[in-house]
Amino acid sequence: MSETKATLLKAPFELSYKYKRSSGPIMSQVFEGLAKKKILGSKSKANKVYAPAAEYDPHTREALTELIEVGPGGIIESWSWVHQPSNHHLIQTPFAFALIKLDGADTAMLHMISDCEKSDLAIGNRVKAVWSETPTESIADIQHFILDI
Amino acid sequence: MKKVAIVGYAQHKILPNAGALNEVELIMPVVHKVFADLGISQDDIGFTCSGSCDYLQGAAFAFVEGLSAIQTYPPIKESHVEMDAAWALYESILKVKMGDADTALIYGFGKSSPGNLDSIISLQMDPYYIAPLWPDRISLAALQAQVLLQNNIISPDDMMAAVLEARQHGASNLNALLTDLLTEDLYGSDAFKSSPLRGLDCPPISDGASAMIIASEEKAFEYTDNPIWIEGIDHRIESSNLGSRDLATSPSIESSVQHLQLKKVHFDVAELHTQFSHELPFLRKLLNLTNVPTNLSGGPLVGNVMMCAGLDAIGKTFEAMVNDQLTHGLAHATSGPCLQHNMIVHLERHS
Amino acid sequence: MSNDQAPKDYRESLIHLEYQYTAGSATTTFLNQVKEGRLVGQACPKCQAVYVPPRGSCPRDGIATTIEVPLTDKGCIESFTVVHIPIPGNPIVPPYVCAMVRLDKANISFLHLIQGVEIDNIRIGMRIQAVWKPKEEWTHSLENIKWFAPIDEPDIDVSTLRFQAS
Repeated sequence: MSETKATLLKAPFELSYKYKRSSGPIMSQVFEGLAKKKILGSKSKANKVYAPAAEYDPHTREALTELIEVGPGGIIESWSWVHQPSNHHLIQTPFAFALIKLDGADTAMLHMISDCEKSDLAIGNRVKAVWSETPTESIADIQHFILDI
Repeated sequence: MKKVAIVGYAQHKILPNAGALNEVELIMPVVHKVFADLGISQDDIGFTCSGSCDYLQGAAFAFVEGLSAIQTYPPIKESHVEMDAAWALYESILKVKMGDADTALIYGFGKSSPGNLDSIISLQMDPYYIAPLWPDRISLAALQAQVLLQNNIISPDDMMAAVLEARQHGASNLNALLTDLLTEDLYGSDAFKSSPLRGLDCPPISDGASAMIIASEEKAFEYTDNPIWIEGIDHRIESSNLGSRDLATSPSIESSVQHLQLKKVHFDVAELHTQFSHELPFLRKLLNLTNVPTNLSGGPLVGNVMMCAGLDAIGKTFEAMVNDQLTHGLAHATSGPCLQHNMIVHLERHS
Repeated sequence: MSNDQAPKDYRESLIHLEYQYTAGSATTTFLNQVKEGRLVGQACPKCQAVYVPPRGSCPRDGIATTIEVPLTDKGCIESFTVVHIPIPGNPIVPPYVCAMVRLDKANISFLHLIQGVEIDNIRIGMRIQAVWKPKEEWTHSLENIKWFAPIDEPDIDVSTLRFQAS
């Protein structure tokens, strides 16, 4: 039994779930819009536009039902440059995660900026959406954003 | 409402990879230690509550397994939060305040080494708009760092100072994972992970466990002459709609500070659950702690046990107040991306 | 509204995570023995309960199980179920029998398969023994035991197996 303490047993283990999520009436429209290369935001009574569309206003708690098209261009509100993407990232060359305030929106959306250098990026720079040619009605139907100079 | 005090706290040495020690084997020693320090057993505990994350272990209801570290016969009153154990403390305080229990055992545990923490934390995010993009925890934190730098709320030098000081403090913390001292040159030559964060701006992957015991006023003096009173505790959360938050400020912390009436309290010590270097100068400024000794343990930058580091901030504040006979301590715990959810704890020692 | 214009109720959402699972020290010790064809449990030094497979602690007393207890590969069926549900990825074709196997001298049971008997003849208390794979196929896994099969011994009254702390 002397050897038993010395060996450390390790085994690779993969966890996969294929969930189905209900998108609900508001987000369903957003995802359908994305597949048609349109980004929808939702407008509050005070004319504040959340994009991508929120179901409720986090400040006033009102239900948001009026949808309007925003983007596909916008400005960078913040960014972080991923120097070495890991295998779970959707882009495998250096890219940025960014908070992007789309034209016509008052809040920012999280997405990615690709096809640029780190030194090209700054808060306030303009970007525009690049669309996937194989849409799946998902937020990733926007493949990423690129600089729009 | 009953007054509640912290009477004991124990922490496992933080490990980069606990390897052959499973969660139960990490929890048992700290629970036994905190009992031994007070000369009590599970029989003296009225309520037991733990904090952990099943995704770290990759098994549904993995937290139930953690209970194998606890004496459960005769059956015990028990609960669990899928959060940092600081929130298990919060639930336990409510139990004691309501008179449901006179004592509570709180424990937290986490092994980040077996999985990929970056992808696991992505799953904390909004599953419709954010998680499908797989943003890693470092890139999300970096978005807030960028905003703070852009607005001159903090500087790159502040971030470097936070890292260098954490190592200096960590050198005298027996449980710290990282204790090697760093120089400005070493920091400056460290590679960026997600700009503006370098590898050294991020907490190390850590495995460990901690345990704490709280007691009502009647019970506290049975265990110690020196209870540390939980004078105030408050936690608030901000929108999960990341893009609608103002990352240059923290409305959740500001409202807790106001609610707990902390503006005029002179703190002797503070421990903040600041996992990334930029968060420390940001919160010190926000909480008016610039001249208060903060994160003397080294904080999460020298050891960051997921689901436990928030409880550790409270435990380390307690330890400093007991050891150095301090009067007022402030502790902070957080969860969610970019300091979304924050807990503020005001501890007081009566002389 | 025609069907293809109606909003979809559900959208697929894939979660995929990879781990390097490490066995705890008790499990490591246990599986190292299993690789050699032995079943070794651990006993609580306080209540003497014998756990197999051991997890390193006594969940009753909350202390480490430090005493190693070699066990035989014989035991009885504490309970069982006939599985009719096909589970994706499971190579075993239903219906099959899953049983709580209680080894002799152990105080907990574990799940394993029962074969070598008509399903209708399986009963609680039935005596069983492990059927091992050929030795050259043994690994660090309870799958070294293909299944448990009945042996010609009188049934056990499982109510006598109830744990009494000593």
